[in-house]
Amino acid sequence: MKIGVFICHCGSNIAGTVDVAKVAEMAKSLPEVAFASDTMYACSEPGQEGIIGAIKEMGLDGAVVASCTPRMHGPTFMRTVARAGLNPYMFEMANIREHVSWIGKDKEANTAKALDLVRMAVAKLARNKPLFAKSFAINKRVLVLGGGVAGIQAALDCADGGLEVVLVEKTTTIGGKMAKLDKTFPTVDCSCCILGPKMVDVAQHPNITLYASAEVDEVNGYVGNFQVKVRKKPTYVDWKLCTGCGACLEKCPSKKSPDLFNELVGTTTAINIPFPQAIPKKASIDAGSCIKFKTGKCGICAKVCPVKAINYEMEPEIVTEEVGAVIAATGYDLMDWTVYEQYGGGRYKDVITSLQYERLLSASGPTGGHIKRPSDGKEPKTVVFIQCVGSRDKSVGRPYCSGFCCMYTAKQAILTKDHIPDSESYVFYMDIRAPGKMYDEFTRRAMEEYGAKYVRGRVSMVYPSGGRYVVRGVDTLAGTQVEVEADLVVLAVGAEGATGAAHLAEKLRISYDAYGFYMESHPKLKPVETNTAGVYVAGCVQGPKDIPTSVAQGSAAAAKVLALFSKDQLQSDPQVSSVDLKRCVGCMKCAMTCPFGAIKEQEVRGEIKAQVIETMCQGCGLCTATCPQGAIQLQHFTDNQILAEVNALLASELEETQG
Amino acid sequence: MTTLRYAYYPGCSGLGTSKEYDMSTRAVCEALGMELIDITDWSCCGSSPAHTVDDRLAGALSARNLVQAGDIEGVDAIITPCPSCLANLKTARHRLQKPEFRAEVNKLLERPVHGDILPVKSVLQAIVEDVGMEELRYRVRTPLKGMSIAPYYGCIMNRPPKIMEFDSHENPMALDNILEALGATVAPFNLKVECCGASFGVARRDIVERLSGKLLNLAAENNAQAMVTACPLCQMNLDARQNQINVANSTNHVMPIFYFTQLIGLALGFSQSQMGLEKLVVSPRELLAGAAG
Repeated sequence: MKIGVFICHCGSNIAGTVDVAKVAEMAKSLPEVAFASDTMYACSEPGQEGIIGAIKEMGLDGAVVASCTPRMHGPTFMRTVARAGLNPYMFEMANIREHVSWIGKDKEANTAKALDLVRMAVAKLARNKPLFAKSFAINKRVLVLGGGVAGIQAALDCADGGLEVVLVEKTTTIGGKMAKLDKTFPTVDCSCCILGPKMVDVAQHPNITLYASAEVDEVNGYVGNFQVKVRKKPTYVDWKLCTGCGACLEKCPSKKSPDLFNELVGTTTAINIPFPQAIPKKASIDAGSCIKFKTGKCGICAKVCPVKAINYEMEPEIVTEEVGAVIAATGYDLMDWTVYEQYGGGRYKDVITSLQYERLLSASGPTGGHIKRPSDGKEPKTVVFIQCVGSRDKSVGRPYCSGFCCMYTAKQAILTKDHIPDSESYVFYMDIRAPGKMYDEFTRRAMEEYGAKYVRGRVSMVYPSGGRYVVRGVDTLAGTQVEVEADLVVLAVGAEGATGAAHLAEKLRISYDAYGFYMESHPKLKPVETNTAGVYVAGCVQGPKDIPTSVAQGSAAAAKVLALFSKDQLQSDPQVSSVDLKRCVGCMKCAMTCPFGAIKEQEVRGEIKAQVIETMCQGCGLCTATCPQGAIQLQHFTDNQILAEVNALLASELEETQG
Repeated sequence: MTTLRYAYYPGCSGLGTSKEYDMSTRAVCEALGMELIDITDWSCCGSSPAHTVDDRLAGALSARNLVQAGDIEGVDAIITPCPSCLANLKTARHRLQKPEFRAEVNKLLERPVHGDILPVKSVLQAIVEDVGMEELRYRVRTPLKGMSIAPYYGCIMNRPPKIMEFDSHENPMALDNILEALGATVAPFNLKVECCGASFGVARRDIVERLSGKLLNLAAENNAQAMVTACPLCQMNLDARQNQINVANSTNHVMPIFYFTQLIGLALGFSQSQMGLEKLVVSPRELLAGAAG
């Protein structure tokens, strides 16, 4: 076998701490190596042309590139090798950047390790076999999880692109957090007025199936062919019949039910429609508050409903949807602000969250858009905003900046002045972070035109005194302590991954971080992809972001799905397990360990044997390690190939000890 | 009922400025089935100066007491009424888990620290956790009905939280719960963990007058008839200096400042003199007479 070896300088990234010329020279001395050279940037156009040229001129059978991580450029070089006319799997990569040059400064030791890695790669390549991808059909339907603005945008873009969309929303209406906002920054336009029409589009789009009040139970399958079990939670109202007339709401005697849409400021009826623009505009019963559910008496809604839609016996219903791709857009939740005991979170009635304040500002909110203190309904004259509550605070395990809080606080300070002209607003901030288009101008307007008093420093405590609240903090610019007497305190609470996000991520088999946010495939170049093919993310599910960015990501995820579905067939990765039927004893241990359910039993001439479903196999290799017979082998990572690498490494160790 | 046994560390204030705290603690503990065995030949915990000068010296002062307490048979914990003693003992115990610190401290000690050290609790923590509110409520003979009292914890009882490991450091509830169990009304009081000015009474009286003044003002504003503390220094600043505070701030508070053990004692049926109430500077006589009538 004739192998070519290409050692990349990566500028000074590798060449700075590895003697690349020496590595290339050593590679030449290996028996299978017919050609070796070092090259400035192997991934650049001249670099790739060099590889192609060498393969063609020397009639090489395979190539080893020693450069960066295969995650970054593995596919790049496989395409290069393929362009030279070889099978793309006749290629091996040695990671001498992340695994060598970036982690140590000792040039001699680095060069020695680079030599070892190249030797191992050559040894493996010598045992590589051409592999061929298979084609399989795609189900061109897409599942969107989460009906916030990101999910809505993704669903509409996919649907407009001609795809069938299944939109699953956990609560009884789509709209998400944006629907709860009164106005948006920096344009101060009515949030629900710009979102409402989009919500209606979702409801009316012929390509969109909406499951509200539903959650995903189970996700199986693989890119192009997912099977998803959706559990429709009982709403106790038959939505096929309900017209949203609201007769039941008016007559419901249980008027003190917690109003989740209004963030628990104010109460609602046990049977309710969350807000006037809700989609679907259907009533549902909160069984926890309903008198009928608690005592068996009442049943008034069933009596007044003109279309007989009420059904107290309703059970959860499971529907299975087949889709080819999934977009996760399940958003965020506010961090638990009650851990800030010094602010009296959860204890003092007039210390509220930013989202609760948003509901007080909203015309469709519990106070009809009049700012009233929750404790006594009085109009506050002094409002204090405390920023970075659950952002940039290591002490509560939230070291990251939630990004949008500076902006919504400025907006709320402006709106406060609009609502109550003789009011004063104070904003305790750490830094102002307003990097978006027209954002800094907006926060300045809050200060300069609306007279919001910005105090740079943290608040140490809030305590009630004489019907008002003393907010004590520090002004780090003036170097003094400050105390402000407030009528209302608004905590600008930071964001964390939505409740249950981690659970869902596990069902989707994608990674998430310590704060419940989903991990993108590459932080810069693959911002809406995940490491599971066919699963995409959009909006705050990936990290806190504002509306424009969420919408952009929704569209981006839709574009990715449309690109994926532009082909009729997908190529499967041939790096999958395969069973040597002669060796297999049918113990099925492999099937038990397979996390993807990709191995099933088959009968071959009266004997039980394992069979790999190639499209489902993810190439993790667990089965290979489990098989007592060594009968199941992961293609491209067979025992022989791995042992060859180990032997190549040990050979050099052996030389060292003997020499 | 099983008897709880503790090594008891009264601290210097307990024998001097806060004798009534010590008296009432001993009486109440006995009544609640807590046996206190005084640590033999205990010495000063280092109080507030030692740790500012040399942490090893401060460690050694407390370590000596911890070793002495280890001699007592059949106890599970050391308890002390004073938060300052508590902080020093707990901090020393915490630091002595590190072998290097232990070695340094042992150089200074005649009897070095070996092996495990008894856990340290405040009397407050022992009553809350070991006796429990249910038991306390059960033992109340004369409930403190009609008395509205502000619970004041002071700044070091629960801080730093990682070392003190008891109750919330921002919104502690131990005293609130005790008051409630005794049948008193808990006045809303949100400067629970504010500083009273501590030992600044000597060097900068104006600081105490300002800080303690705030505490009295808020308690009065929220219709508290008295305040309850768990710290000799807090008690002294609010009680003995109340007149100075009044003069400095042009106020006229007449706010009795109790130790929580005194209130427990009264509710359990002890007499006022058994609880050393005559030792308080601001007399609670009128308040107690009103409550009784």
